[in-house]
Amino acid sequence: MLKISNVETFYGKIQALRGVDLDVNQGEIVSLIGSNGAGKSTLLMTISGVNKAKRGNIVFNGENIENREPHKIVDLGICQVPEGRRIFSRLTVEENLRLGAHANEKGKYFETDIKEVYDLFPVLSDRKTQRGGTLSGGEQQMLAIGRALMSKPKVLLLDEPSLGIAPKLVNQIFISIKNINKEKNVTIFLVEQNAKKALELADRAYVLVNGKVTIKGSGQELLKNKDIQAAYLEGGAKN
Amino acid sequence: MEKKDIIQSVKDSLFTGIIALALFGPIVGLRTASKGEGLFITPQWGLVFILVGLCILGRFLINLNSARKTEFTFFSKFTSKLSSITEEKAKHLAITAILFAVVFPFLPFTDRYFMDVAIMILTYIMLGWGLNIVVGLAGLLDLGYVAFYAVGAYSYALIATTFGWSFWICLPLAGIFAAFFGILLGFPVLRLRGDYLAIVTLGFGEIIRIVLINWYEVTNGPDGITGIPRPSFFGLPFKRSPDEGEASFHTFFNLEYSTMHRIIFLYYLILVLALITNYFTLKIRKLPVGRAWEALREDEIACKSLGVNPTNTKLTAFAIGAMFGGFAGSFFATRQAFISPESFTFIESAIIVAIVVLGGMGSQTGVVLASIFLIGITEMFRDLEQFRMIAFGGAMVLIMVFKPKGILANRKPTIFMHGDKK
Repeated sequence: MLKISNVETFYGKIQALRGVDLDVNQGEIVSLIGSNGAGKSTLLMTISGVNKAKRGNIVFNGENIENREPHKIVDLGICQVPEGRRIFSRLTVEENLRLGAHANEKGKYFETDIKEVYDLFPVLSDRKTQRGGTLSGGEQQMLAIGRALMSKPKVLLLDEPSLGIAPKLVNQIFISIKNINKEKNVTIFLVEQNAKKALELADRAYVLVNGKVTIKGSGQELLKNKDIQAAYLEGGAKN
Repeated sequence: MEKKDIIQSVKDSLFTGIIALALFGPIVGLRTASKGEGLFITPQWGLVFILVGLCILGRFLINLNSARKTEFTFFSKFTSKLSSITEEKAKHLAITAILFAVVFPFLPFTDRYFMDVAIMILTYIMLGWGLNIVVGLAGLLDLGYVAFYAVGAYSYALIATTFGWSFWICLPLAGIFAAFFGILLGFPVLRLRGDYLAIVTLGFGEIIRIVLINWYEVTNGPDGITGIPRPSFFGLPFKRSPDEGEASFHTFFNLEYSTMHRIIFLYYLILVLALITNYFTLKIRKLPVGRAWEALREDEIACKSLGVNPTNTKLTAFAIGAMFGGFAGSFFATRQAFISPESFTFIESAIIVAIVVLGGMGSQTGVVLASIFLIGITEMFRDLEQFRMIAFGGAMVLIMVFKPKGILANRKPTIFMHGDKK
């Protein structure tokens, strides 16, 4: 469905991605783990078209998308939940959701779509008229995911949904991600620092180190991998 | 209040006094006067000491105020009350204000001078509302808004004097021209934000003014354009003695001729134009494009990731904001019947930005209050001649001290990503 081959992205002269190869198949949950600065967010931004790849191809359902404008990519059905949530903090919850529907035929199916989001995250329904900025971190994350779902994506790109959120809510959000994948049949590409959670959830996973994929396999395989355990699972906690 | 605080306040006020002395000393204290041959300096130290004393006292009072952490001033209480009223009864207030504006020309105390001031305030309200689309909603700080005002005025003047078309044909054309210039400015600044954008727009405003001065063949340079046709009341001109076979406003309605007719007509014209601007803004805010403006102000990356096209969004904001500036410009041209580049200097842009910022960014009612307050105060002190700009500055300082987010800060300050309430 989404095939990334040999993608290289630069920030000025600094190379962030050094030839990334990666596949996401229809209906999967694919996780990408890696430490700070490995290039995880850059990869997502490159897929979304916010950053442009200098070399390599990104193919989505048979179409090359590496040179498209971000809004065209959203129209094709790839939507990103950016790192740090990036809620429109002075707009209300409902206004935020409406903006998500911006790409989706200008909100034609808005009523049914928004109901689905409220069913998924009932707390957002209670806070409809509240400003986005007054929500808690977890609620903002739910809003960011809900907002992205309003564009009816085929693939949802999630950038660190657990960042800065209370552990209890992290569990809830990961359950929601699973539900979105299973019930709404949305393919998920998840980028996480919380490697354990991300690998448990994933059908398949990749490890990104210094802008290159070093290990790939099923989520369960990677959870058992000694190197990964040392670097990302127990090691991180012990050091 | 502790003794320590008082000593601190006194120190601080004296320091303010020193700064005031350094400023007022040369500016006010040394006055040049020409006596016979040559210039002589007449010192006015008395006035300087009064001004410095006022500064020290003012600073001391402000310090006392902030040390107590209470708002005892009338002004800030009044505006916060106003804020809460407008949230509850916005509709009633708006209707009352509009009704007042409609009957204003016929109130007993309204004379020619009041009407002129009212027209001026309404022009600034319209410009403020136009700029509010760009600055308040889309968050693009435009310091060259006067450029569109100028483009509107000159397009109107040139079309009307060259082709002799009526106001109602020239007005939309001037708006379209201004919008076109809005897009022209929009393209090069698409990638800029904040301070950089402000500098480029400032430059754009100056470019337009300098072109107007130097393109003598078309704009008549610094001499300006004279004899711009006055607007007519649906074909009826406001003339004392109409041409043969032509009806004028007063003969058609069997009224005694009065110059006030034209003034009152101009007043209603700008009132309607301003209200259209406001109505348009209120409506477009609820449409996807208006929401996209606000979203763009909040977070550009989030916008991109959600499929909002930032290029189109910014360009529409510039174009529509410029269009209303152009309308206001046409009105200005037809009212004055004479325009020159003199009228479109940076200070105009600055006043309009000040109105939007002091009113509370994005607040439509705030623009009205700020215009009345700033323009009204400047007019009230007209007798003080050059010192009236001090009143203008003073009014701005007052608002910024007591209402740092504008008179009506309906929109709460931005609370960032990690602003958890729990």
